[in-house]
Amino acid sequence: MMLRNICRYQRQFGQVIWPFSFPQGQHVPSLSTHLQKAKYASGTTERKKFYENVSIAQGEGGLFEINLDKRKLKTPGGKLFTVPNEALAIAVATEWDAQKDTLKFYTMHLTTLCNTALDNPTQRTKEQMISAALKFLETDTICYRVEEPPGLVELQRNEWDPVMNWIEQRYNVVIGSSSNIMGPQIPEETKETFQQHLNSYNLWSMTGLEYVITQLKSLVLSFGLIDRHLSVEQAVVLSRLEEEYQIQRWGNVEWVHDYDMYELQARTAAGAMFVHLSSESTAVKRKILHD
Amino acid sequence: MAAVTSPLRACRGILKELRIAKGSDYRNTLVYKHVLEQFRRNQFCRARMDALHAARTYLCLLTSTRMHLRLHERYHGRGDRALEEVAGLVGLRLPTQPGGKGWET
Repeated sequence: MMLRNICRYQRQFGQVIWPFSFPQGQHVPSLSTHLQKAKYASGTTERKKFYENVSIAQGEGGLFEINLDKRKLKTPGGKLFTVPNEALAIAVATEWDAQKDTLKFYTMHLTTLCNTALDNPTQRTKEQMISAALKFLETDTICYRVEEPPGLVELQRNEWDPVMNWIEQRYNVVIGSSSNIMGPQIPEETKETFQQHLNSYNLWSMTGLEYVITQLKSLVLSFGLIDRHLSVEQAVVLSRLEEEYQIQRWGNVEWVHDYDMYELQARTAAGAMFVHLSSESTAVKRKILHD
Repeated sequence: MAAVTSPLRACRGILKELRIAKGSDYRNTLVYKHVLEQFRRNQFCRARMDALHAARTYLCLLTSTRMHLRLHERYHGRGDRALEEVAGLVGLRLPTQPGGKGWET
């Protein structure tokens, strides 16, 4: 009976690459390794909540770990789950603590971001992320203006122009907008300025920023949010401006519009928090104080 | 930037979300203590604006996650009826497969 369950777990999670493997059917692993492996469900199955208490602990090098009962949390790639500061650890722990009978990973955005930063499954470097972000500027949502209907044209002008002005002033760049299919022509100096700015981000913050840009479909809005010029709600409204316009005209459908909006808000908020928390490191501060 | 939510409202909002998530036990959690400590500490201008933005962002995260989950359960959750019952509604019966379906584990 036990062996059959073990084989079932292995089949279910076979798509994840584990750092070690053991011959099928020959030796029985301990129960605790199974519970760790079985932690991240595949797309169709749900995992039951298998712990009572969530706590954090500070480990090697001042990094923080998450404990589910007595077990240390690991990433899907099998690495020890560590975060650089206490605030982020608490926020992640809260996500795990908030789970009820089943684990709903699609609500655990901070955990997912940490896992991505730790495992880096696609092996991307910071430079690759930066150049991808700069490329995105060419298709930035708020640079693309419609020519009709006039209501939407005006809305885009009233809502997006101020953000455009803000970022051009703040970074002393020229971006501009366009209503043709080719999009705006971004000057090289603008890209260089942003590249220099993005270089100051560490790998974790850059992971978070890339996530926010993907969600909001706009580098400009992402900068606005990260620089605290916009709130998450404001950034999301601006990102969904055309949807909001259509909703106002044609009505709201809760299970599509609200659903999408809340999901976008949750992900964007998590991304922004992740960027801010990854940029500071209380572990470093503590070391300096004690010297 | 227009500060729509005052620090007090942001703090209350977060605590309310924690109470919804954890029940009456919310005061014993790490996050509760951390949030209160943050709100007491940040009194100076620049840090205060940053802290307020962080608080509002976290409040947005908690609220949006909860609302999204609620809508997900309401509209995208499993149906109330079992598969057999649904088939029975149109007068059909499911075939019996003694070996179980291939994709069920």
